[in-house]
Amino acid sequence: MKKVLLVSFLVVLISVFGFSVKIGLSVSTLNNPFFVDLVNGARDKAEELDVEFLVVDARDDPAKQLNDVEDLIRQRVDVILINPTDSDAIVSAVEEANDAKIPVITVDRSANGGDVLLHIASDNVSGGRMAGAFIAEKLGGQGKVIELVGVPGTSSARERGQGFNQEISKYSGISVVARQTANYNRAEGLTVMENLLQAYPDVDAVFAHNDEMALGALEAIKAAGKLKDIIIVGFDATPDAVASVENGELSATIAQQPYEMGSMAVEKAYEYINTNTIYFPVPLSLVTK
Amino acid sequence: MLNKTLKFMRKNPALVGFIALFIILSIFTDSFFNVYNIVNVIRQVSIMAIIGFGMTLVIISGGIDLSVGSTFALSAVLMASLVKEGNILIGIFVGILVGAAMGAFNGVVISKGKIQPFIVTLATMAIGRSLTLAYTEGIPISLFPDQFRFLGRGDILGIPVPILIMFGIFFLSLYILKKTKLGLYIYAIGGNEEATKLSGVNVDRYKIVIYMLSGIFSAVSAIILTARLNSAQATFGQGYELDAIATVVLGGASLSGGKGGVLGTIFGALLLGTINNGMNLMNISPFYQDLVKGAIILLAVLLEKGD
Repeated sequence: MKKVLLVSFLVVLISVFGFSVKIGLSVSTLNNPFFVDLVNGARDKAEELDVEFLVVDARDDPAKQLNDVEDLIRQRVDVILINPTDSDAIVSAVEEANDAKIPVITVDRSANGGDVLLHIASDNVSGGRMAGAFIAEKLGGQGKVIELVGVPGTSSARERGQGFNQEISKYSGISVVARQTANYNRAEGLTVMENLLQAYPDVDAVFAHNDEMALGALEAIKAAGKLKDIIIVGFDATPDAVASVENGELSATIAQQPYEMGSMAVEKAYEYINTNTIYFPVPLSLVTK
Repeated sequence: MLNKTLKFMRKNPALVGFIALFIILSIFTDSFFNVYNIVNVIRQVSIMAIIGFGMTLVIISGGIDLSVGSTFALSAVLMASLVKEGNILIGIFVGILVGAAMGAFNGVVISKGKIQPFIVTLATMAIGRSLTLAYTEGIPISLFPDQFRFLGRGDILGIPVPILIMFGIFFLSLYILKKTKLGLYIYAIGGNEEATKLSGVNVDRYKIVIYMLSGIFSAVSAIILTARLNSAQATFGQGYELDAIATVVLGGASLSGGKGGVLGTIFGALLLGTINNGMNLMNISPFYQDLVKGAIILLAVLLEKGD
């Protein structure tokens, strides 16, 4: 209780005297609506909390991201939020922040080293499983499936694929006939799906590791006149994909909540700055005899 | 006759590579050799081939254009936002105008500023991409009227529109190279720029036109992809400059200028497109696809040097 009072007092003091809290976010790329949403969530929360908020865009370049994080360190932000371009490459940036005694929170993708205070992400493996279960149910446990893989080697592609394949392998009647990459890219989703439709004209379902590839594949499937025969499932629930699901074209998309992720990251950072702890309520369960 | 054929083959490594790959894929996959798949490959290839034709003109003149992918994207998103509101013709016009303007800018800075084309177009590549990102804020522009989509997915007498547009640009480029003063000077400038200048040719003016054509062709190509995908986005065309250069070099043009032609570029584009198609059909692991692609490019170019 004492602590809470002290903290409230400090918060009041800070807001009265204008000692601003600074939170920096290094985002992997703004070239993708998903991360734009994430940044918007973080920014809105920062505004709500009256926190000074800085965003730097690594443009999917790990080298630039390291520079970006160094810049944030030099600007003496209180917490650095990092959405890594690459979980391994980010480690040295995290370590630099550790050396500067600035806490790090990772968002969406994790870091494979360094001291990270907290990781905020949706679970890609369970998302993949969800897609697998949906497809298996729609197909009644029987059919041929194509998997459109994201950028090979990224954790998201690996985890989504892992969850999906774990789930699908439970059904002996379902086989994954092809596993090809379209690099999370809509234009490649189109051409790769066109090619695969030549090799596997009787395919029953497509799982794409993101919505961009799913929407590209959708165009190929529509052009081939097979929209009614093929179930297409994407991942991310971008506005385009959600609209497509509502039109009855895409069958489903696994919703991540990038806006919530960004918002929660700032909220937790703020909590940490003010209290030096982070409180996570764990769901309770009812124990009876 | 036989000698002539052999010489032609050595000059066109892409043609030889394409035929070899065509035969291999026809034998080893069930799904490659059929009309649908082959039309499908040519339609996919049309996008890169059209950019390649512009790149061919630039490379024959001894230059290089790294900005084609960014021009492609900028033109696509500006066009898309107009087309989405129903202004199809204005959209297409603006898209092409953007391509022409980017090209003209490249040409003016290269010729008047006397700066290496590599550096100038590297800079405009970054500028174009940034403008595209700023304009779209990373959000795709989607869903166009059917009349516009016809340019990407429609066909006339059974031939897909993108393929028709590709051949239109091909014959235009061929005409420019073979029948016009501009074509003559493109080879002359690439062969020996100083000598061309000394013989009284306004080299600067021709260079501006060459880069303008490259920009315009990128914009035409952007129309096709935007219409096919029913969407335009800031990530469009990333890395296309390298594919376009590979296409042209596979087609037998030399990066030091003065030689090459657009027929070779068609085969270069077909070779690259067939590699991608073949790897999908044979379900080659994504981890090895770039390795296969690189190896085939090296092989084809070594074949040319082997004489």
